[in-house]
Amino acid sequence: MKSALDRRLLVVVLALCLYGLAMVYSAGQTDVPSHAERAWIRQIGWMVVATLAGAAAFRMSFRLLEWAAPYLYGFGLCLLLLTLMIGTGAGTAASSKSWLAIGGVRIGQPVEMAKLGTILLLARYLSALRQPPATLWDLVIPGVITGVPVLLVMAQPDLGSAIVFVGILFSMLFWVGVKPSLLLLLASPVISLLLAADTRWWGAWILLLTVLLLIWRTYVSEGVFIWIVNSAMGVLAIMLWNRLKLYQQQRLISFLRPEADAARSGYQIIQSKVAIGSGGWFGNGWLHGPQKRLSFLPEQPTDFIFSVVGEEMGFLGVLVALGLFFSLFVIMVRIARRATESFSSLVVFGIIGLLFAHVFENVGMTISLMPITGIPLPFFSYGGSFVLACGIAMGLVFRVASDSRMSGYLDA
Amino acid sequence: MSFAFTPFRVRERAAIATWVLAGVFAVVGATFFRAQILSNEDYRRKSDNNRLRKLNLASPRGIIFDRNGKAIAENASGFTVKLFAASEDSLRAVVRRITALVPSGDELESQVVKRFEAAQYQPALVYSNASFETVAVLEEHRYLLPGLVIRTEPRRYYRAGKAVGHLVGYVTEVSASELERKRFTGAKPGSLVGKDGLEAKYDSVVRGLEGESFIEVDARGRLVRDGSQQPALKPVPGERIKTTIDLDLQTYIDSMWTAERPGVSGAMVAMTPDGQVLALYSAPSFDPNEFITGVSSARYAELTTGAAKPLFNRAVSGSFPPGSPFKLVTAAIALKRGLVDFSSRMPQACTGGFRFGNRVFHCWKKTGHGSLDLTGAIAHSCDVYFYQLGLRIGLTNLLSDATALGMASPTGLDLASERTSSFPPSTAYYDRTYGKRGWTQATILNLSIGQGENAQTLINITRFYAALAGDGTIPTPYIVSKPNLPTRSLGLTKEQLAGLQNALWKVVESGTAAASGGRDLRVAGKTGTAQNPHGDDHGWFIAFAPADNPKVVVGSIMEFAKHGTAVAPYVVRAIRRYLQTIDPALAKAPVRVLIEEDSATTDTEIPSDTIIKPRRRR
Repeated sequence: MKSALDRRLLVVVLALCLYGLAMVYSAGQTDVPSHAERAWIRQIGWMVVATLAGAAAFRMSFRLLEWAAPYLYGFGLCLLLLTLMIGTGAGTAASSKSWLAIGGVRIGQPVEMAKLGTILLLARYLSALRQPPATLWDLVIPGVITGVPVLLVMAQPDLGSAIVFVGILFSMLFWVGVKPSLLLLLASPVISLLLAADTRWWGAWILLLTVLLLIWRTYVSEGVFIWIVNSAMGVLAIMLWNRLKLYQQQRLISFLRPEADAARSGYQIIQSKVAIGSGGWFGNGWLHGPQKRLSFLPEQPTDFIFSVVGEEMGFLGVLVALGLFFSLFVIMVRIARRATESFSSLVVFGIIGLLFAHVFENVGMTISLMPITGIPLPFFSYGGSFVLACGIAMGLVFRVASDSRMSGYLDA
Repeated sequence: MSFAFTPFRVRERAAIATWVLAGVFAVVGATFFRAQILSNEDYRRKSDNNRLRKLNLASPRGIIFDRNGKAIAENASGFTVKLFAASEDSLRAVVRRITALVPSGDELESQVVKRFEAAQYQPALVYSNASFETVAVLEEHRYLLPGLVIRTEPRRYYRAGKAVGHLVGYVTEVSASELERKRFTGAKPGSLVGKDGLEAKYDSVVRGLEGESFIEVDARGRLVRDGSQQPALKPVPGERIKTTIDLDLQTYIDSMWTAERPGVSGAMVAMTPDGQVLALYSAPSFDPNEFITGVSSARYAELTTGAAKPLFNRAVSGSFPPGSPFKLVTAAIALKRGLVDFSSRMPQACTGGFRFGNRVFHCWKKTGHGSLDLTGAIAHSCDVYFYQLGLRIGLTNLLSDATALGMASPTGLDLASERTSSFPPSTAYYDRTYGKRGWTQATILNLSIGQGENAQTLINITRFYAALAGDGTIPTPYIVSKPNLPTRSLGLTKEQLAGLQNALWKVVESGTAAASGGRDLRVAGKTGTAQNPHGDDHGWFIAFAPADNPKVVVGSIMEFAKHGTAVAPYVVRAIRRYLQTIDPALAKAPVRVLIEEDSATTDTEIPSDTIIKPRRRR
């Protein structure tokens, strides 16, 4: 299999892995005792395992994968259910149940596998359609496929992963050709939910929505449904807010105003921004970030690893990391475009949605573009399950790239 | 392949996806640019504030020397033990571990917490003068004691201990209220500042400027790196000051007093006739070194409010009715006004009492002195003579003249906590206090023998005698630098001054010339008894020597001594001790002090019904 692997993708992925490993190593080098001191060794172990899993995925037949999609999806849901019953917490979300443990030994976060299962099942369903979904009613089944794991992770509760599932759904719907206007209608209840905090904004949004519904000439039932759901969201928002766990409320508040509670819930974001902001153009140098060394940064090897990047490697180091991620996505978009058939194309684009949601959410939270949710940064954050999931996902992407190359797909 | 995946549609969507991605990454990149480049300085400062704690470095206080170059207050190096803590709870936990290792008072924990609350970002002082053993034990258990900072710092040391307590004062940590009032410029929480005495008066000179260094702490406030070896700001040592004090005399007075008059409260002041203070002592004294290690609140209460009030400086803050020593003030005023000369006799000879109006004012000597001239009246301290002298001066004149001589002013001595002597400046005082008809001219009788509304500090009376011993100018006593105050003068001629000195010599009736090869140590002075309504009278003695060419003036008051003669021997010994250094032969000459027992005249009460019959009869 000469040049079976996409070389550009390989270079970018290797660069990201090495960059990430260097940062995990650095995150453990502190002036105060840290449990993460030897994390980089375990991370190498996980990367080896992930590479093996990726190689297995690369060898996997996509037809077999398409056939097995419902079972994999179902298996993922079962694990999520199991986690809800016997799960334990860790990290920034120590009180949530996101870890599956056997005999007290945490063996992983099943949500990462459930994300892959959902991508596969969505790809299988959407690729079988003759026409792209044109109405809301066409979106019921993909909505349910995504909605079930979303509800399960929300129950843990794990807001970050829920956002990732939604990201996967929207990216795959976009890729299958759903009109942007329909995506907006699909997203409209969430927008209503967010805007419900301020009655004037919410009123304006409902007005705009009404106008849009009239212009786009949707089905009457569809329009009425959207309109009712949006109005209901405005009312439900307060109730939903009250149902959020205290720490979730605090995180959302400190996302908007970190200084409101600088000592506690705002602490993480303030410390993260201080570390990043003090980096300047060139940073304090690898291993030499004072905030990191003195463990002012929360969860430095995992959720806030990008703050270490900002502090030690500076703005240029951040640009390199963001550039690598951007290249990765551009290469993957091209792979999805060149895919030989729709199922594999949708799988690749689903993986783009998955990784992009992680990158945007994780990097965004370190600089307070996004609320703090404990989800890992691909190729950087220390942790087994997600590294493994990324390994498998990249194995699939490499396979799709390889297939299209073998079939002689040539495109300018 | 479904309809949606025709190459054209896919390429279109791929382009859209790429642009969306580019847009999002541009926004994220711009956010980082804003934080890392545009707000870099701001965040860098925040980062430093996060991890760096400013540590004040003590500056060595300036050494205080005596007139011969001996150190009264110097610096030794001592171990200070301080604690960094992130919270009060963690501080308490570590202090408890320390007290388990090093036995300490019960108050330690609350004291440390108080210091921590006063300055949260400073390490809280635990021990200001830890012994080597303590430091060794703490170092051994350092792993148990996060935030422990042990360093050697200069600390005050007073070699003479309690002999100089009231003179130099002491040094303690600045209090919160003093910081608030900005009582000490440049003082920060935890700074050591002078309290009382010279340390307080010259604090701004000897304190110097504290240095600063930074130490690095982790997220929990634990010490990671100590940068005090290369301080960001080096401490500037305080300036040294030279005083007029004779440390030898000062310690001599202390050991004499402690050995021979233990338990007796009082004070002794020695100065040159031009006002250089040689010694200033108050008993009971305190050891200023005690404050270096910090005194417990119980001990502090004992020092300030206990029966003996050791912190109370009786030499400058205690005021007493002057009694007989004040007769020289009356005499000086009469001489200046030309009302008498040394051979003047009063119309009425002393028969043990003096009838004024419908009352009799007694002389201390019940049998009477007979007819005396001024010299004799001073020598025998005849009350009857001074009653008549006072009447001759007149109340208004006596009040204004005595006030002009400084009897109602502070001396201006450069020492903290001097109290102003009190003396009515004019008759308006009596009008105010008793009402216009509530008092009579008879008041002057009591005033002219040093009783009545008159309370003088030892330093003030002593400086008046320094004027008698010197050239007639009333000196402003000083310890470090001569204050620039308008000089007061007795306004007497040389002859008058010599006459008063002669009269004072007669008081003491110094020893005979036979014993010391033609040389006497002639001491001139005046005893006195201060009325004390609460118990035995206080005894005064103020003297200067040699009488013909005075070099030193020593005044002393002893509480409950009953009489000045009980005080005199100690004053004479102090004089002798001082003269040793300037005229050893003279110091060895015998001196026999024979002083008449002029016990206190009872302060005659002057009720307002006293009828002054001879209104204008001379």
